[in-house]
Amino acid sequence: MTETLTTAVTAPMVRAWIERSAKVLADNRAYLTELDAPIGDSDHGNNMDRGFKAALEKLPEGDDIGAMLKSVAMSLISKVGGAAGPLYGTMFLDGAKPLAGKTSLSADELAQFFDDAVAGVMKRGRSDVEMKTMLDALAPAARAFREEAAKGSDIRAALKAAAEAARQGMEATIPMQAQRGRASYLGERSIGHQDPGATSSHLILQAFSDVVEEAAQ
Amino acid sequence: MKKLVNNAEDVTVEQLKGFGLAHDEIDVHFDPNYVCVAAPVQDRVAVVSGGGSGHEPLHGGYVGLGMLDAACPGQVFTSPTPDQMFEAGKAVHGGRGILQIVKNYTGDVMNFQMAADMLRDEGIEVRNIIIDDDVALKDSLYTAGRRGLGTTVIAEKVCGAASLEGYDLDRLAALCKKVNIHGKSMGMALTSCTTPQNGTPSFELPEDEMEIGIGIHGEPGILRDKIRSADEVTEILTDRILDDEAYTRNLSEWDPAKGDWTDVEVTDITLQKGDEVIAIVNGMGGTPLSELYTVYAKLADLTARRGIRIVRSLVGNYITSLEMAGVSITLVKTDEEILRLYDAPVKTPALRWGM
Repeated sequence: MTETLTTAVTAPMVRAWIERSAKVLADNRAYLTELDAPIGDSDHGNNMDRGFKAALEKLPEGDDIGAMLKSVAMSLISKVGGAAGPLYGTMFLDGAKPLAGKTSLSADELAQFFDDAVAGVMKRGRSDVEMKTMLDALAPAARAFREEAAKGSDIRAALKAAAEAARQGMEATIPMQAQRGRASYLGERSIGHQDPGATSSHLILQAFSDVVEEAAQ
Repeated sequence: MKKLVNNAEDVTVEQLKGFGLAHDEIDVHFDPNYVCVAAPVQDRVAVVSGGGSGHEPLHGGYVGLGMLDAACPGQVFTSPTPDQMFEAGKAVHGGRGILQIVKNYTGDVMNFQMAADMLRDEGIEVRNIIIDDDVALKDSLYTAGRRGLGTTVIAEKVCGAASLEGYDLDRLAALCKKVNIHGKSMGMALTSCTTPQNGTPSFELPEDEMEIGIGIHGEPGILRDKIRSADEVTEILTDRILDDEAYTRNLSEWDPAKGDWTDVEVTDITLQKGDEVIAIVNGMGGTPLSELYTVYAKLADLTARRGIRIVRSLVGNYITSLEMAGVSITLVKTDEEILRLYDAPVKTPALRWGM
């Protein structure tokens, strides 16, 4: 197999990303809810599944990536509820802001998308890494994407690095004591559990990496 | 699970249907779900609140003349979404802005902020004031902070009355903040509760144990102990409230000058000898009134011994957790302004006096 560089993410790839995310979240619905039971309120899987189903249903036709991602944001905001709705909504909304009208994204634009998305989640949640939240997956992923993309602008490699960083970040939440969200009320009792939000973030980033990988083959 | 439900998925919509049919002065809207006063709000600040369902009568039961103009119910124990507050806000906006009263739960705070941002984009001025009066939690740095409990009811009553008196948005927001820092609550559970969606109790509580320092979502409290007498339980809760030190934390507020959300440092009062308070002895949903009055008797005794005078009281179910048995106590220090507004006429399904 000859390795070719992926230098742009196209609108069909973004559409495939949302489709794959919806599928993966539906497949992991029970798993996410199970993770949420000891430290949350046992609804994360159901909420994410409901949100991405709605996002997929309402995804606009056409090639405007900014419009697609904004639509995803609005669906998540109105359908997910709880804390995950505004956080994932803000992630897509803030990330999509500079992308209005774009039909393909360069590595630089994607790096900016991830950075804006992470900054939006930090601000909305008044949160940072190491507080046992989705940021523990998202922030290292954004950093890994930018670093890997800087090496040779291959989006495939960069997304792979981002998904791997998200996976490691997700696993790193296990020994953490929660400092945000409902889990924080448990204090030390939140230690030893993997954060459901970091887990769904990893699934979504892995889905992105997988569809772009498949498109290149 | 033994409950009067038809379909667990539909409980929120079905109760709203009944609520609308039972109360003529209130309009119920679906998709997005909200309830609001049927009479238009004119030339005064609209007061809006909301939160997960399962805490009834909070918040829908407090919609009406002299209290809330609209309430947005989420799914059971789940925050409502911004589209609900956005549509409710547009429906009740009377040209003078909107005060959103928000209990301090992560989801509620963020969803109400997003709604405020959306309303502001429509040219409507909005202030969000957070209620965080649960003295069970000491620490705000490493947790989501104190939760919103019974002080919410007093804030909704007092702010609704102030809106009718013609308070502008800034003054109303300042008043709401004052009620919050004057209010302290703490709760306990004798039994757990079961959301219709989950079908099993949210925590296990053996027959001879109680959970102290609970919130209102069936989350575990800060400590578990063998069940004690009503007087002893009342003493645990009351002492914690009366001995609570000045609590300082950062709360997120909209800064109109900066045009952004900003953290504002807020410090509670401490209760002192000579203070006058409004007291709520609140049932968690499954507690007989007779037990609540037993608690009230001890509360009155304990406050009197400390030289604190209860000038108004509410005893009953005001902010609940489905069918949970248990009680929460709220004390809100009054002053001339708070007491005048508290005494003003109110006409809602759950609170009604003076008219």
